Amino acid sequence: MEELLEILRDLHSDVDYDTCETLVDDRIIDSFDIISIVAEVDDRLDVSIPAEEIIPENFNSAKALWALIERLEND
Amino acid sequence: MRKNILQYLENTIKTCPNKIAYMDPDTSLTFEQIYNYSRAVASAILAEGFTKEPVVVFMKKCPEQIAAFYAAIYAGCPYVPIDEEMPKMRIERIFETLQPRVMICDDTTEKLAQDLGFKGQIFMWNDASNKAVDEVKLSAVRASQIDTDPVYIMYTSGSTGIPKGVAVCHRSLIDYIESFCEVMRFDEDTIFGNQTPLYFDASLKDVYPTIKCGCTTVIIPKQLFMFPMKLVDFLDEYKINTVCWVVTALTMISAFKVLDKKVPAYLKLIGFGGEVFPVKQFNRWKKALPEARFINLYGPTEGTGVAMWYEADREFADDEKIPLGQAFDNVEILLIDEEDKLSDEGEICIRGTAVSLGYYNDFGRTSENFVQNPLNKLYPEIIYRTGDLAKRREDGLLEFVSRKDYQIKHMGHRVELGEIEANVNAQKGVINSCAVYLREKDRIELYYTGDIDEKSLGDLLKESLPRYMVPTKITKLDAMPLTNNGKIDRKLLTAKGE
Repeated sequence: MEELLEILRDLHSDVDYDTCETLVDDRIIDSFDIISIVAEVDDRLDVSIPAEEIIPENFNSAKALWALIERLEND
Repeated sequence: MRKNILQYLENTIKTCPNKIAYMDPDTSLTFEQIYNYSRAVASAILAEGFTKEPVVVFMKKCPEQIAAFYAAIYAGCPYVPIDEEMPKMRIERIFETLQPRVMICDDTTEKLAQDLGFKGQIFMWNDASNKAVDEVKLSAVRASQIDTDPVYIMYTSGSTGIPKGVAVCHRSLIDYIESFCEVMRFDEDTIFGNQTPLYFDASLKDVYPTIKCGCTTVIIPKQLFMFPMKLVDFLDEYKINTVCWVVTALTMISAFKVLDKKVPAYLKLIGFGGEVFPVKQFNRWKKALPEARFINLYGPTEGTGVAMWYEADREFADDEKIPLGQAFDNVEILLIDEEDKLSDEGEICIRGTAVSLGYYNDFGRTSENFVQNPLNKLYPEIIYRTGDLAKRREDGLLEFVSRKDYQIKHMGHRVELGEIEANVNAQKGVINSCAVYLREKDRIELYYTGDIDEKSLGDLLKESLPRYMVPTKITKLDAMPLTNNGKIDRKLLTAKGE
């Protein structure tokens, strides 16, 4: 989780990722960020996020994104 | 004689008035509605005595925004699209050279316009579009318009930190629409899926062929470009058969391997541009849609959008480049070397009606790039020097080589690294800075010296630069690395990030 938070903080240092659950809905992250997140998660955590998982629900909060990563790791 | 781009709209309402011209998931406008609303808004503008001066269109992206462009033109004015997401400071800088007195707003932007301290007159779209049409005044305006009058002014990145407003006239735009439609073979059954922002001249590719051909443009919600599977679902839902997108939007789909799972069912014509299409990504598209036509489109805003085209009708080898191709009809491309001579490798210079009027209220910067054709010493002839370097291949087609300066293409947007640096250097606590572009990662990174911390600087930049210009990574240095002649060592800093 700490590694993921680091990736996210690199993109937007001013967001409180512990509490924010509207990253997509409130347009805090955009398509640039999604591309970066998917690439960085692949690079640094060795988890590749498939296209069908790139949906708003999985990117709205750090928690949701972490849950997705854990689920993909266990698959 | 065709001399005004509104004639396309006026022809089309005779054949298919009730067809939808522009739509998004929330609203749609038919050709007749566009005609009626835009003339009503123009009448309201004229009633207040405004004509032949820039009209700022400051609205959220929607069909009405496009209708507002036509309203400005009906009032005899060039329109200037401003995006609701543009940072306030950038809009203020644009207004310094534009000095606008007229603005068209909607409910989402009215307050933002007031926050800008705009002192001119605001016309609210919803009110003004229901006003009575003043046929007499509209006819008088039309009679006074000539085809060298500006039709729009679009702002693009400027290396000094001040954006440049490219003014384009009716004649250049008509020329563009005619030759572009011929190459692309659009017709009344074309359904465009619009991706490019309307303040960006790439959107001309959807907006104008729509009124010429009597076809439909569907504005795709920006959010979908974050979610590639949903984007493909949307293309199918609206039966979109034609897209003219920046390369980044296409690679967003192919890089995530969406095409292995779902291929857009109706898509048969793909125009792409804004930057070089990586061959590997292009091949994925070509493989997924073997029957579709793929056209590489090249051209700067100053040359009215498109200058060259190439039909990429096969897959390419990994070490091949997709060529820029050949010039559009009625455009000549000159490759001019450092000694101002015609060459097989040199700067791409555009000659013809496509050359725009220049930068609005900026004769100084206009004269740097819009210059007398060095090959012609006999009469005045202005060409546009693009700053792009290209070479002529053995088969006669042109191929992009590199930029002459520090202009880059990032996510389809044209960015001057100098504009980023000028904004950084203007911040309190910054001594010097250097923005570098990492091509492999498609990232902008920034190095600076000074006593402000990285986070605060990043926050300040978000207020002064558009999102796509804000560096992904900001690093504070104790001292700037210098080359032997005392300039900032860009190469070293670029290598550091790669």
